[in-house]
Amino acid sequence: MYKHYFQLATLAAAVMLSQSILAQDTAPMPPQSAAMAASAPRDPALKPVFDQFGGKPGLVTLMNDFMDNLMADARTRPYFADSDREHIKAELVDQFCVILDGPCTYTGKDMVKVHRSLGINRAAFNALVEDLQTAMDKNNVPFRAQNKLLAKLAPMHPAVITR
Amino acid sequence: MRTNDKTRFAGLIGLALGGCMLSAVATAAGTDAGPTTSNKLLLTGGVSQLEGAAGGGLTPWAVIGGYGTRDEIGANAFYTRVNLPDYHVDTAGAMVGLYNRVELSFARQRFDTEKVGAALGLGEGFTFRQDVVGVKVRLFGDVVLDQGSWLPQVSVGAQYKKNDQDGVVRFVGAKRSQGTDYYISATKLFLGQSLLVDGTVRFTKANQIGILGFGGDLNNSYKPEFEASVAYLLSRHWAIGAEYRQKPNNLGIAREDDWYDAFVAWAPSKHVSLTVAYADLGNIVIKDRQRGLYASVQVGF
Ligand code: HEM
Repeated sequence: MYKHYFQLATLAAAVMLSQSILAQDTAPMPPQSAAMAASAPRDPALKPVFDQFGGKPGLVTLMNDFMDNLMADARTRPYFADSDREHIKAELVDQFCVILDGPCTYTGKDMVKVHRSLGINRAAFNALVEDLQTAMDKNNVPFRAQNKLLAKLAPMHPAVITR
Repeated sequence: MRTNDKTRFAGLIGLALGGCMLSAVATAAGTDAGPTTSNKLLLTGGVSQLEGAAGGGLTPWAVIGGYGTRDEIGANAFYTRVNLPDYHVDTAGAMVGLYNRVELSFARQRFDTEKVGAALGLGEGFTFRQDVVGVKVRLFGDVVLDQGSWLPQVSVGAQYKKNDQDGVVRFVGAKRSQGTDYYISATKLFLGQSLLVDGTVRFTKANQIGILGFGGDLNNSYKPEFEASVAYLLSRHWAIGAEYRQKPNNLGIAREDDWYDAFVAWAPSKHVSLTVAYADLGNIVIKDRQRGLYASVQVGF
């Protein structure tokens, strides 16, 4: 008989725990730090990865393909259709270049401010990542190098995903 | 492998490949469709483990199966075959993942004793059938997005199992033919290293995952057993890895060994994955060195 109490108690505990965590999940996350919110910090360890991306010229070509993918993807096109895509591409080149310790400066806007009103959910975020992966594949960026960049972009999700 | 088994197996592979082609067509045609139900990233949902939960082949992971995100539902079905020198196991099942929070699964396992059945007086090809109903709840963490911290994704789960051979399992010393396993899993993706690591602690009384019943003459209480997986992502579509599953030793009649495997998983699209492993299941009743091929196909929506 005690076994059923045990089962019930585990279940109840699990439900309660998951509820409280769910509440945390949906609460707006404060930006970790001002620098983090503006963009990701430079990481000197990624200098070799910058070369695997083909340096700054490589990033420029990559961003052209990336934006083409975003516009061809029904899940992401609505977000970018009315935006200044050339400007976004240029800012992304600088941003990725900085993350990969390239000789650039990011002068674009703060990540929270840019994305706050766009109503981006997890599905749209993942769609964008897939489009970026496809573009990186096309540009022959090695898979491990791709993941090193994505690992730096992922922590920015609280600034981007608002829904 | 008997001949009819071989043809069945070949048919299965054919089915899997057919499925791949179908889904490739679907993906090509679907590029212009609206939001779908499968927006999680490829291979981050794991595959289906032996008892039906999303995970590796032997052990559950903290991930919620299917490719649904927080706003979506995902589902998949799987078929797994393990060919050992003296036995074979077939498992078929399905799962649904609800809003990346809850996973419900069902699996039916058939454990065929082949010639050992005759040796034990049960009859050649005597088969144990076990049904497993599973539930898993994600407590916290996000296996893909939490890259800035050491925080893993953590889930708890339960697997209720019912074996159809009550008389036989009691005869070998088991106390019951049904039981429930409880587990907690922590899964971490080190994306920068392309490495996924899982650790699971399972509280169980199951003998040979329940095929030989629950509890026994040597021990009849819940024991924590440790399980682990590592997977290295080779590309978006390929992963290789290894697993370990510790097992209890409740029955006096036969030693039970821990399980190991080394696997290759291939996911040509979100709709299909194929996993092939070399599994070492150690001693099973009167037969040592049960090592053989594990093959699993999963189709998802
Ligand atoms: C970690 C992921 C992301 C990063 C690092 C990122 C980065 C950027 C950058 C650097 C800009 C340009 C800022 C500027 O104009 O100064 C930008 C703008 C924009 N991003 Fe993102 N972004 C991310 C995710 C997303 C997602 C998932 C979507 C939607 C699916 C999105 C939609 C947009 C749009 C529509 C703009 C233009 C906004 C405007 O012009 O007002 N972004 N993003």
